[in-house]
Parts: sequence; structure tokens; C-alpha cells
Amino acid sequence: MQKDVLKKDVLIETKGVCKRFPEATATTLEEISLQVREGEFVALLGPSGCGKSTLLRIVAGLIPPSSGEVCYRGIRVKGANPKASIVFQSAALYPWLTVQQNVELGLKAQGVPAAERAKRAANLIRVVGLDGYEDAFPKELSGGMRQRVGFARALAVEPELLLMDEPYSTLDPLTAENLRDELLDLWLEERIPLKCILMVTHGIEEAVYMADRIIVLSRNPARVAADIPVRLRHPRDRRSPEFDALVDQVYKTVTGAGLKQTQTPAQQRAVVERSGRYKPLPNAAVNMLAGLLELVDDHGGREDLYTLGGDLLLEVDDLLPITEASELLALANVVEGDLVLTPTGKQFVEADTEERKALFHQRICQLPMFEMVGRVLRAKRNRTMNRQFFSDLLEEQFGPEEVPLQLKTLISWGRYAEMFHYDANAEELYLDEGDRGLLATGSEQ
Amino acid sequence: MLTKSNMAPRRWQADALVAGGLVAALYGLMHLSSFAPDAYTSTAVDLGVRHLPYFAVRSVLRMLAAYGLSLLFTLTYGYVAAYNRRAERIMLPVLDILQSIPVLSFMPSVVLALVALFPRAPHVGQELASIVLIFTGQAWNMTFSYYYSLKSIPAELREAAAIQQMNGWQRLRTLELPSAAVGLVWNSMMSWAGGWFFLMACEMLTLGNSQFTLPGLGSYMQAAANAGDAKAMTFGLSTLIFVIVLLDQLVWRPIVAWADKFKVELVNSGTPPRSVVLTVLRRSQMIEWLSLHIFMPLDEKLDGLVNAWLGRPKDESPGPVRTTFSYVLTAAAGLAVLLGLWKGITLLAQLPLSVVGDLALAAGASFLRVTAAIVIGLAWTIPVGVAIGSNPRLSAYLQPVTQIAASVPATALFPMVLLVLLPLPFGMNWAAVALLLLGTQWYLLFNVIAGASGIPADLKETGAVFQLTRWEKWRTLILPAIFPQLVTGLVTASGGAWNATIVAEYQPFHGAIHKTIGLGATIADATSAGNFPLLLAATIVLAALVVSINRLVWRRLYRLAESRYSLL
Repeated sequence: MQKDVLKKDVLIETKGVCKRFPEATATTLEEISLQVREGEFVALLGPSGCGKSTLLRIVAGLIPPSSGEVCYRGIRVKGANPKASIVFQSAALYPWLTVQQNVELGLKAQGVPAAERAKRAANLIRVVGLDGYEDAFPKELSGGMRQRVGFARALAVEPELLLMDEPYSTLDPLTAENLRDELLDLWLEERIPLKCILMVTHGIEEAVYMADRIIVLSRNPARVAADIPVRLRHPRDRRSPEFDALVDQVYKTVTGAGLKQTQTPAQQRAVVERSGRYKPLPNAAVNMLAGLLELVDDHGGREDLYTLGGDLLLEVDDLLPITEASELLALANVVEGDLVLTPTGKQFVEADTEERKALFHQRICQLPMFEMVGRVLRAKRNRTMNRQFFSDLLEEQFGPEEVPLQLKTLISWGRYAEMFHYDANAEELYLDEGDRGLLATGSEQ
Repeated sequence: MLTKSNMAPRRWQADALVAGGLVAALYGLMHLSSFAPDAYTSTAVDLGVRHLPYFAVRSVLRMLAAYGLSLLFTLTYGYVAAYNRRAERIMLPVLDILQSIPVLSFMPSVVLALVALFPRAPHVGQELASIVLIFTGQAWNMTFSYYYSLKSIPAELREAAAIQQMNGWQRLRTLELPSAAVGLVWNSMMSWAGGWFFLMACEMLTLGNSQFTLPGLGSYMQAAANAGDAKAMTFGLSTLIFVIVLLDQLVWRPIVAWADKFKVELVNSGTPPRSVVLTVLRRSQMIEWLSLHIFMPLDEKLDGLVNAWLGRPKDESPGPVRTTFSYVLTAAAGLAVLLGLWKGITLLAQLPLSVVGDLALAAGASFLRVTAAIVIGLAWTIPVGVAIGSNPRLSAYLQPVTQIAASVPATALFPMVLLVLLPLPFGMNWAAVALLLLGTQWYLLFNVIAGASGIPADLKETGAVFQLTRWEKWRTLILPAIFPQLVTGLVTASGGAWNATIVAEYQPFHGAIHKTIGLGATIADATSAGNFPLLLAATIVLAALVVSINRLVWRRLYRLAESRYSLL
């Protein structure tokens, strides 16, 4: 379908779309300008939390952009776009309605008479292979069947534009593959009057398998980092070398987009001093970090991120915080899509538990956030400070939703490093006898 | 979203506004009630047993009217509070305070005020007063439930509604009402049960020289107790229990079972509530035919009409006309509040200084009484509740019994308690504590049962493996495990007890008024004597006391329970 795409009409156009949320000071989306034409299947890829789903909702007209505009067939979108339909991650079925009633919902809202509604719904229920389940309630269905209903509901209104928000991510791999192929069949054989599909996903293979075009977003703020055409012929073979090469290329782009912002602690401190801000801590557990470093060490100190993800059965979204943490702590670096151990990282892998903790403490002391915590605790006569203080301090920068996550990581890392203690009942951070945080770090003197 | 950051800054301003509004409203009520006839006596209650069905119907109709009013209030107030951000800032604190103040303290003035509004037909005013009072006992928890249900509708379900171009009516029908149904039904049931309490209290009221009586089960039982007619008392109580159980089986249980399908869950969990009546209705051929040929087409038609009238959803932005209107409205309301506040303060200024001491004494006495009732309640409900909750066989026998016992409103038993306890030394004091206990113990018991039956088996087994002594087991396992539920029970019990002080400390019986020292007695006394400054002062003290106890004690315990003792 993609051959003559450039001659086709532009369906969606986003012009300099920005989105800021009042709680967070950082922009979520910045200057997103895209054109999507009739007949295109576009995948939106990016690290988790980068704002892919927000962009999808802006295109749908569910959220207004803070600035810029979205046009559909050249007309500015105001309010939910009646030509669009959405398949949600959770299927978002109404639990109190039967399969049939759920599928009929959009038709009912359009005022289609009951008999016509029933006919069209029955047809779509057959298309998604759920005949016989018309009277079932969503809770009686498996996850895959529920998502089929989600597709049927979205397609029942005969939309021009199908928006999908990670539609396969909650399904088991087998069901997901099955559903992907079915949608591709419907789409490629033009059995449904769809003009365009826009899919948000964090599965790189999924994007390469299904889409004609992959748009990669970067994080903090989200910008269009890459626009990669996929010219493989359908049905695509996941084991072919071309497929593999493309997945690898996209992988590098995505990890690059996610990590582009990472700076060395020295640079970071300079930034902090300039703007008074702290670099966000990636939400990574210390044991996962240690596990990843050990794995890289087993592979000789350097390994492809894509392979690592495969070994650990981790999606790029789950892997990214860990690699980010290892870069932040200068235990490893990402070089051309490979994770490479630094000498400190090597030292960390070979150390015993006590030495690891000492080393870890040394590394986190380089981070301004930990430095600040140490300074505050030492400055207090009772060596104790409540959690709320740090929460308030960080809230200005991170916003109320991110702060608990930051503090969770902060406390977990600090506890591992035996830098400070945390009393969960009193919600207080404190220094106890023998805590490493009692000693001032080098940079302060 | 109800986050701390958007609630906190406006909290105190809103509280001050609400408090001012309440004083103003109270002043208005009192002003009105001064026009009530001086001495008024309704027709006496006929104690003939054959009148009981008629009385029962009258009582149920009164409840129905009040419940209808509560539902209407819930649906509008909750909806506006959930969707209008600016209104939410005021409406939520108002609801919170209305929920925690003892509304019965307004009862005497409400009755007098409404009777004064209908000088030609005092019984109409009294009927309205009873409905308003029952309403004030029913509406708040329902409204809160509806508001929170609307607020917690998953974003994706809302987005699905938006992308399918549903208009407001369709959204209400397919998304909002179904999402709120489970909470609304449970809270309706609780409110209905609470309604009996108020009904019994307000059907017969003696204030000074006036006696206000409405034909109903409550007035029948009070009259029977006054006359010492044991047969009438037994028949009255049996009729009441019969009516309560009947309504529970024929109305509430089917509704609860039906509402189960609105649970927002994607897996089948536990045993769903069942109702024989509902199953019979669902299997009935006639009902099915009716629904297929009459109800469904009718519904379709109506739906179509409403949709044609509403049209497609438009871009929703608040117009400037509305804001001007709302400014005018706000200004007018503010003026009325200021005026009422000023009048209220001048009224309070008339009081001699010695009143402060009297009120403090009264408050202390009521506080001790409430505490005593709660402590006695805890002393028996914790061991019994844990025994029932952790023993399924015992629970199977005792649950229905306790449920029926609990369904009898405490106010219906007051006359009988007085009959037994009044002859004792300090009889009225004992009676008052007993009355408070009757009104509060069930909240405690049911929550303890729920807590104890929720203790996970593996925790109990761990206790057995470590051979904990009985005391250690209670200290380390049972008490912490039931703590969150216990706190929930205590909050409700304490609120109920304070509310009940108004009726418990001041009781007309055998032609005389029996009272003790206490805030409730002060309020009832001041109303019947027409001492408005004292009434205002005592009501303010009571409301302030209850709200502060809620904020300072219960809310903290609640947070502790949530953060530390939660089993999830």
C-alpha cells in the first residue's frame, strides 16, 4: 500500500504541537510536526513516559494541545474527532454491557436504529471471531477476547482513522501475534473501510512487523527523533536478515533517543548549579542493575542491548531505566547500541557485597540529589529529616506524580549504599551509627 | 483528581465559609421557629392494634419521600461537585461538615420553623420537617459515594465515551450511572437503615407546651410506652421489624443482587450476592415478554427523543453569561451569610458569661457519656465479633440474628429502655448511656466481624506454628488485623453517638420530661423554652466539638490504619 502513498491526501497533520501539564515543569511534547497520509500504517515508538500516548490523544482530539494545532483533512480538530476510533491498552469495555452492547455503543451514540445496529454489530463480532459470545459479559472473557471486542467496537463505527494505544501489550505473546496477523489481514486486504492506522507501541519488533513507517520520539521533552520507513513486503518474516537489521537499527535509535540526555556527573552538576535542578533518578532496582552488569561481564564486558533485552526477557522500556542507571553511576556506557562496562563497573561486578555497597555509595555521592540529602541530614542536630521536606523540595521540579517515584528510588539506593536509614512509619530519613552518610563527601570540602 | 495539593490551600477558607453559612442558617431557622404556635397538641395516637398497618404505611411513605429527596440531591450535587472544579472547592468541604455535624441538634428548630411556615395546617409543616430531617440523615454518604464514583471512572472508559461521540445523556446512562451503581446501592441501603432512626425520633416530639405527633410506627411506640401498654409495645415493635425485614427481602436484596453486574472488575470474584426474588423475576416469562415488547422499545424511543433534543456533543467551554450569573449569585449568598452571621453574633452577645461554664460542663458530661458508650460497646463487640468472624459455622447461625437485631432502630427501643432503667438511682444517666450504646454498638460489631473474617489464613497458621500464647496472638495478630475496620466502625459509631445525645439526654416519658446534664439536653431544653441565644451557642459548641474530634482523632487514626495496618 505504501508505494503511492505520497500521492495520497494528507489525513493527519500536526503543526508544532506542544503539550505541558500544569503539575510538571517539564514540557511533555515539544514542537511535534508530522504528516500522515491516507493508506499509511504508522507506529509511534519511544521510551516509556515520553508522551506517545498523549500525542495519540491529541491527534484523536481528546486532549487539546497547549500550543500548535492538529488538522484532519486540513480542518482543525476541535473535540473528539468523529472520523477516528481508538483501541485502548485495557480494551476499555464497559463491564456492565454484553459483548454485543459494547460493540453497538458507538452506533447507538450515532442514533443508528436498533435493527441496523444489531446487524452491523453481529457482522463485526463475526469478523473478529467472537460469534457465539454476543451475550457474554467482559469479565467472562479472556484478555485476548476482550481486546477482540475492543477492535470490533472501534471498527463498528467504520472509522477512517484507527488509533491504537499499545493494544497488544497486556496480552500473552501467542494471542498478541494472532491478533496482529488478523488486523494486518483486514488492513492489507482492505476488508474494512479504514484509511489510516496510528499505533502507539513500545515493542520494536511489533512496529517493524506491522507498520509502514516508524516515528521515534525522544524523551524529556518528546521530539521526533527519527522517522524510519519500513519497506519490507508483507507477510514479514521475523527471522529474515533484513528484518533483523531493521530491528537493530530501530533499537539503536530508540535507546539513543532515551539516553541522549544522559550527561556525566560533572556536566550534570554544572547543569544543576545553573538551573538549581536535579537529574531524575531512573526507577531501577539495585539488584536488577547488578544482574545486568554481571550479564554484560559474562559476555566479555560489552554486549548488544537488544540481545541483553532478549536474554533478560525485558522489553526496551524495562531495560532502559537500568541502563540509564548504570550510565548515571558511570558503571557502564551505551556505545552504538551496546552496553560497555567501565573500569568501575568491572570493579563493581568483581567485588563482594560489602565492597559493592562501598563502591555504590561512592558513585551515588556524585549525584547532586544524594549530595543534597547527605548535607541536609548532617546539618540537622538530630541527624533526622522527614520525608515531606524532600518531597516538597523535589516537587517543584518533578511534579506531584513523579516525586514519590524519585523518593522511592532515592531511599532504596540510599539504603543499599548504607548511606542513611529510613523509618517508614515515621516517614523520616536519618543517619545512624555507622551510616556512610555521616561522612562528608569529597566534593563538599 | 482529589490530590492533597489542590485540596489543602483552600481548606480553611472553605471551612470558615461553611461555618459562617451554618450559623446564618441556624439563625434563620430560629427566627422562623419563633413564629410557631405557643401550645399545640396533635391528635393523640390510637393504640388499637388494627391501626398498625395504616401507621406502617404512613411511616414507609415518609421514608420513601425522604429517600427520593436524598437521591435527587445526590445526583445533582454529586454531579456538579465532580465536574465543576470551582464549585468542587466549596461543595466538598460543605458536604464534609454537613456529614459530621449532629443534624438532630437542628431537629427542634426545623420542626418549629416548618410548623410556623404553615400556620393553617401545622401537620403539613410537621410532615415536611420529618422528611427534611430523615433526608439530612440519608443524603451525605450517598452524595459522597456518587461523587467519588464519578471521580474514579477510569480515564480510558471516559475516552472511549468521548471518541464515540456520546452526548451528556448517553454518557450518564452508559457510563456514569452504571459506574456509580454499586456504591450508590450500598449507601442507599445504609441510609435507609439510618432513616428509621430519624423517623422514630421525629414522629413524636414534645417541646415545651407543644406536642407534635405524626401518625406512624414511631409515634405509636412512644405512645404505647408512655401509656405503659405492653401489648401495644410488642405489636408495634414486631410490626416495625416485620416491615424492615420485608423491605430488605423484597426491595434491597434484589437491588443489591442486580447491581452486582455493575462492579468494575474484569474477573469473577467471590460469590456474588443472590436474591431469590430477583431470580424469580428474571426467570418469569411475563416479565421477559413485557421487557422485550414494552420496556425496551419504550426505552429506545425515549432515548432517541432525548438524543434528538440534545444533539451531538459540542465543544464544551463555559460561556461568559454563566460566570456573570454565578458572580451575582455568589455575591447574594455572601451577603445573606454575612447578615445571618451578624444577627447570630448579636444573639450570642445576649448570653451571660456564666453560660460558658454551663456549656463546658454540659459538653464534658456528654463527652463522658459518649466515651462510656463506645468503651462498653468495644468491650463486648471485639471478643464477640472476633469469635463470629473467625468461625464460619458460628457466623452462619449468628449473622442473620445480629442483622435483624441491628435493623431495629435504637430510637424505637428508647421508650422501653426508659421503662426499665428510669426507676434506678441516677436512672436517666444510665438510660442515656444505654440509649447511646444501642445506637452505636452495631457499627462496631459488624466492622469487627468484617475485620476478623478477613484475616488471611496463612497469618493465623503462622501464629499457630510459633505457638503464640492467647495474649500474644491478640496483640500481634488479631488486634492489628482488625484495626482498620475497627477505626471505620469507631468513626461511624462516634458520629452516631453524638447525634443520639439530643434524643438520649432529653426524653418525655409518662407525661414528664426526663433529662440529665449534657449538650443534647441543653439543646432540646433551650428549644422548648424558646431560648434562642442558648440554643445557638449549644449547637455551635456541639458541632465544633464533633468536627474537631473527627479531624483531630478519627482522621489521624484512619490514616494510621491505612498506612500501617492495611492488609493489602
